Amino acid sequence: MSMARLKAPHGGPVRIVLAKLGLDGHDRGLKVVARMLRDAGCEVVYLGLRQTTDTVVAAAQQEDADLIGISMHNGGHSTLAPRMVEAARAAGVEAPVVVGGIIPPADADELRAAGVAVVLTPGASEADVVAAIAAALETTGGH
Amino acid sequence: MPKRFETLSGIPVDPVYGEGPGPGEFPYTRGPYASMYRSRPWTMRMFAGFGSAADTNRRFGQLLDSGGTGLSTAFDMPTLMGRDSDDDWALGEVGKAGVAIDTLDDMATLFAGIDLGAVSTSMTINGPAAVLMAMYVAVAEGQGTPRAALSGTIQNDILKEYQAQKEYLFPPRPSLRLVTDVIRFTTAEMPRFHPVSISGYHIREAGSTADQELAFTLANGFAYVEAAVAAGLDVDDFAPRLSFFFNAHLDFFEEIGKFRAARRIWARWLHDRYGATDERSLRLRFHTQTAGVSLTAQQPEVNIARVAIQALSAVLGGTQSLHTDAYDEALALPSEAAARIALRTQQVIAHETGVTATADPLGGSAYVEWMTDEMERRAEAIFAHFDELGGGSMLEGVLAGIDNGWIVNEIADAAYQYERAVNSGERVVVGVNRYTDGEEPTADLLRISADVEAAQVERLVATRRDRDQPAVDRALAAIGRVAADPTLNQLPPMIEAVRARATEGEIVQALEAEFGTYVERAAV
Repeated sequence: MSMARLKAPHGGPVRIVLAKLGLDGHDRGLKVVARMLRDAGCEVVYLGLRQTTDTVVAAAQQEDADLIGISMHNGGHSTLAPRMVEAARAAGVEAPVVVGGIIPPADADELRAAGVAVVLTPGASEADVVAAIAAALETTGGH
Repeated sequence: MPKRFETLSGIPVDPVYGEGPGPGEFPYTRGPYASMYRSRPWTMRMFAGFGSAADTNRRFGQLLDSGGTGLSTAFDMPTLMGRDSDDDWALGEVGKAGVAIDTLDDMATLFAGIDLGAVSTSMTINGPAAVLMAMYVAVAEGQGTPRAALSGTIQNDILKEYQAQKEYLFPPRPSLRLVTDVIRFTTAEMPRFHPVSISGYHIREAGSTADQELAFTLANGFAYVEAAVAAGLDVDDFAPRLSFFFNAHLDFFEEIGKFRAARRIWARWLHDRYGATDERSLRLRFHTQTAGVSLTAQQPEVNIARVAIQALSAVLGGTQSLHTDAYDEALALPSEAAARIALRTQQVIAHETGVTATADPLGGSAYVEWMTDEMERRAEAIFAHFDELGGGSMLEGVLAGIDNGWIVNEIADAAYQYERAVNSGERVVVGVNRYTDGEEPTADLLRISADVEAAQVERLVATRRDRDQPAVDRALAAIGRVAADPTLNQLPPMIEAVRARATEGEIVQALEAEFGTYVERAAV
């Protein structure tokens, strides 16, 4: 199957920081997404487990990230995802924040209202992930 | 009058059919016991935990009232990671995906009104398992049940944490010491308790194939046997109390072959390699949970069918206990209604389908026997790799496979291949990549209020305020001293510390000071 290749608005490959935020250890989904995005031509900086909003912001700054992807499967999203958006904006990082995990539909609405660009849930296909990220990048116009 | 076993049409059924070693006979391919479900059905053990200890205590009561026959406790992420509810790391995760336990007072509330001498309890906890075990003993003894009378299981399987579930605290070797301390303690003082539940479930959920699940899990089992023998125990003193926990995934016959192969491999290895002679050491007994990862957020009611088929594979594979997932688990923690349907699914299998009338009803099927052999062959190839990595020690081989990233990579590769197959449509997932039309029902989902966190922190602060602080300080100092001396068992000072109302987080910090922490190399 051929993959759509993602391009950043600046013309180069999309740089994405991926992290598990908080204590949750479910990393299967995020690792799969990391590989999908690499196949789609992105430069993926995979931070792995037990990251904080501070470590993610620092990595996003250092790597000049076009997008931040965080994953939470244990219900911490309602508290942690809005804080991720706030921490990024407070540090002047404009990269859109994408959240993936077990996110009930009502919570997803709340996260979008709090500034999360895209919410991805179990069953999201490669095409869904790539399309959602392309849309998020387009809205923000990159950095 | 003995119960008669016959079909719905009145045809009498024998306890077992076929030639060769039967159930209850070495190598136990056909089942650990001769009569299997005729004499005792599997334990319908539903995994539950959310919110406060009082919330989960109410759900336990409902499950027991609905015919559940055992309890299984899900702890929240901060508890699983040894953090108190007011720790910075706990923010937003208190009570969300399990019950929040900080002190002995919480544990007492969790089991209030439940006779721990009568109900067997399973606790899914690993990194800080010894601390929760200490709390369980202290609560039971507070209720008047002596520790020797307690039956149940603590997961306490740290090796698969580094490989799959990722809820580790300390580096592997001091963590193994904690595991063997629990084994030594239960062997001496709690003869009815299972000190380790060697778990493939999480390995499979993290993305492994069935044969990898089988091989990594049993290799971990061999590693614990070697560790406990190295700690001075005789294999037949503890092996009868080791138990297993497998995943029941979608490929029906592959799963049944996996369960049958697991029993045969364990029996052969324990006998041939580890010199066990007690039959109970050779009999692999296991709990099963249906595959959470197979559940879909799309058309969630279809999950009821998936769970029923997976549960049937576990029963036909001879499981000793079973948790059936609720259909709404790709969306949230199970609602009460969804959890009830999941339990009812087991009851239909047990009481309506007739599959319990004869042991190993698929034994002798050419396909099932071939699949069982194939599973064993593939697992043996992986064992040979560990044996070589470890220079003749499975324990060292597994530790090397953790250290060099091989196990984690194998699992991630398999997860990615599965996802590629779903994405290309080669693997059909109903409601996801085919038959996607139809209304998306809005399920009535369980929501955990943020108030749970605030209330839990309040209780924790009150416990800290009301306790005898010098006694807590002395108890924590003793934990550090015992941790530094590998000849001592860490359970007795932990029981003292939890009685003094030392918190879980404080005890874990005392251990961390001695053992250090573990950080995984991030790689994809």
